[in-house]
Amino acid sequence: MANQTDHHALPREEHHLSKGKVGMSCLIITESFFFMAFIVAYLYYIVIMQVDDGGPDPKDLFYLDWMVYVASICLFSSSATVVFAAKALARGAHDKFRSWLFITVVLGGLFIAATAMEWIGLIGGKGIWMDTCSFGTCFFSLVGFHAFHVCFGLTALSLCLVLSLLGKFPTMQAERFEVLSWYWHFVDTVWIFVFTTVYILRVYT
Amino acid sequence: MTVLPKPTSASLSSSPQQGILERVHDWVTTADHKKLGMLYIFSGLFFFLIGGIEAGVMRWQLVSPANDVVGPITFNQMFTMHGTTMVFLVGMPVLLGFGNYLIPLMIGTRDMAFPRLNAWGFWMFLFGGLLLYFSFIGSSGLFGTKGAPDVGWFAYAPLTSRTFNRGNNVDYWILGILVSGFGSMATGINLVVTILCLRCKGMTLMRMPIMVWSMLVTGFLVMIAIPVLTAAQVMLLFDRFLGSHFFDPQLDGSALLWQHLFWFFGHPEVYILIIPAFGFVSEIVPVFSRKVIFGYTMMVIALVWIAFQSMSVWAHHMFAVGLDPSLNAFFAASTFLIAIPTGIKVFNWLGTIWGGRLVFHTPMLYALGFIGMFVIGGLTGIMLATVPFDWDVSDSYFVVGHFHYVLFGGTIFAIFGATFYWFPKMTGRMLSERLGKWQFWILLFGMNLTFGPMHVSGILGMPRRIYTYAPDRGLDLWNMLSSIGYVFQFIAILFFGWNVVQSLIKGRKAGNDPWDAWTLEWATTSPPADWNFNPLPDVKSRRPLWDAKHPEDPDYEYE
Repeated sequence: MANQTDHHALPREEHHLSKGKVGMSCLIITESFFFMAFIVAYLYYIVIMQVDDGGPDPKDLFYLDWMVYVASICLFSSSATVVFAAKALARGAHDKFRSWLFITVVLGGLFIAATAMEWIGLIGGKGIWMDTCSFGTCFFSLVGFHAFHVCFGLTALSLCLVLSLLGKFPTMQAERFEVLSWYWHFVDTVWIFVFTTVYILRVYT
Repeated sequence: MTVLPKPTSASLSSSPQQGILERVHDWVTTADHKKLGMLYIFSGLFFFLIGGIEAGVMRWQLVSPANDVVGPITFNQMFTMHGTTMVFLVGMPVLLGFGNYLIPLMIGTRDMAFPRLNAWGFWMFLFGGLLLYFSFIGSSGLFGTKGAPDVGWFAYAPLTSRTFNRGNNVDYWILGILVSGFGSMATGINLVVTILCLRCKGMTLMRMPIMVWSMLVTGFLVMIAIPVLTAAQVMLLFDRFLGSHFFDPQLDGSALLWQHLFWFFGHPEVYILIIPAFGFVSEIVPVFSRKVIFGYTMMVIALVWIAFQSMSVWAHHMFAVGLDPSLNAFFAASTFLIAIPTGIKVFNWLGTIWGGRLVFHTPMLYALGFIGMFVIGGLTGIMLATVPFDWDVSDSYFVVGHFHYVLFGGTIFAIFGATFYWFPKMTGRMLSERLGKWQFWILLFGMNLTFGPMHVSGILGMPRRIYTYAPDRGLDLWNMLSSIGYVFQFIAILFFGWNVVQSLIKGRKAGNDPWDAWTLEWATTSPPADWNFNPLPDVKSRRPLWDAKHPEDPDYEYE
């Protein structure tokens, strides 16, 4: 009896889960299901059904398209640089934090610039838009929503950079910045799926 | 011994000498989970009244064959708005509202994880709902007709395309639900984070009340289901405004894709509407049987099982479109399988009641009514999961009868039970038992009279969503009965409204723990102080209040 009571008197399950991290994980789950719908639409119309409605063949558009690879490398490496930035901030190395964060923002910016170039080529050069063919419908909605998320992440990261330059981003914000970096990783991870779906599946198979 | 804080009643923000303007300002700017919970519930009940009146228009039109109370366009608007309202503006907000109010109290903390996000979620829901209802005056339909959306609550493509809907009422449907969907996602995330991160000392996952478990599961389902609907609605917006080709079959789009996306959302959605109801009943039944819940662990497993499986049953809404037979077989089997965890829950409630010292207060009556009505709806659900039978009655009144037994006899009954159970906690006053029992029996009779005959008219071949029917089909009697049943239900709701108003003014004072219950929310004052608990509680078992009341025989010696 006494033993049982003692056993139950012991402290149980201290809760060290961070609200920010769990919340960001939940947001990531939610967003994943949002993207899944657009990936399913692309797979269904373009990869599986291969709808023939006068739209372009992705092979002709994206075969050995070096700009997409460079842009992807930029985005993927920005996932590493943002980790370096977060670690620097946690150590209190604010100069290193700013440098790595600046590199991250530049890499993300390059990715967006490449997307813009690609869209200018498709819309202005080839006359493809959402209403011209199923490819346009699926491509611009999927890649567009991804680019929108990249822009959102870039805005948040740039805000951190500006605050840090103004000296208003102390070390105690390290966990918040880490949570933001999770969002950035998520944006990169979505790109793995988008990249595979759009630039590999119908192009090299 | 379990350490529970002494209830303290002083409230920081609402002193009685506040003027009306300060009080409104207080409610509009609040980020307190209790106030937001009550705002959710109150707004939900307001929309419930509107949705109920829309149902009344339909029943009035269908009371006799070849009736002409309203024309087909108005009838279409009525069933569209009735369905959309009841699912998105009544069911979800009221259930999430109870979750908002109760979860921090039940897990022994002071607020939700993100209080301001919580407020944002509520206002998104409310303005989404108002945007949808603005369509009655603001939108234009086909050929310049005014009025609300008229495409059904699941808005099948290609009826929603520009070709068939040249006005903008479909856009109101899309945007209203899109906006309130953002609010729901925020609240879903908030619930999950609150439950995972903010439990008080000793409140392990397996000590949480079943209600908290059901809200955790619901939060996950909201996170998974709503974004898919949002994505589908964004696609539909692109189709309508940017000319994209997602759902228009004439442009190589696929009307079927809409159905898949919609029901991938839609089936988890109906579990979002029923799982919190399971939670309410799992709280009410033990307290009024004076026993612990039977089979706690299996109840939790069944909840999680239902949630997972709800993602693999969506195409049972689509048997009639002609899917591949192996797909039909898969989705039928998966749907049959989900009856197992549901059955576990029903038998565990019965096991809790068995041998208990039953107290038939109004919450218990509603909980028992829930069990009976939900079982009927569940059994017709199994009938509908049988593909050949579904082909026969798909889109008939049989389906309408089925899901009203589940959503009205299930969800709404549980909501009334929860209202009678927790109203004393929220307001400090008891609802009248006498009026409550009258309401229960009239509502039980009325709902069976309305939705029971629908099974018959459905089997006789009466299709859903048709504004009238011919006199010589044998449908007259059944429709007449359904419409008479509506009147009884309406009277029952009037009883409820009168009960709430009267009890708020001169109801019996509730005290902190009127039902002699065992979960943490009853350890606070009624209504609870702004900070809920001070100090935060420390629990050692699933029934902390039992432990506090019976230090000689606490639960933690057995668990």
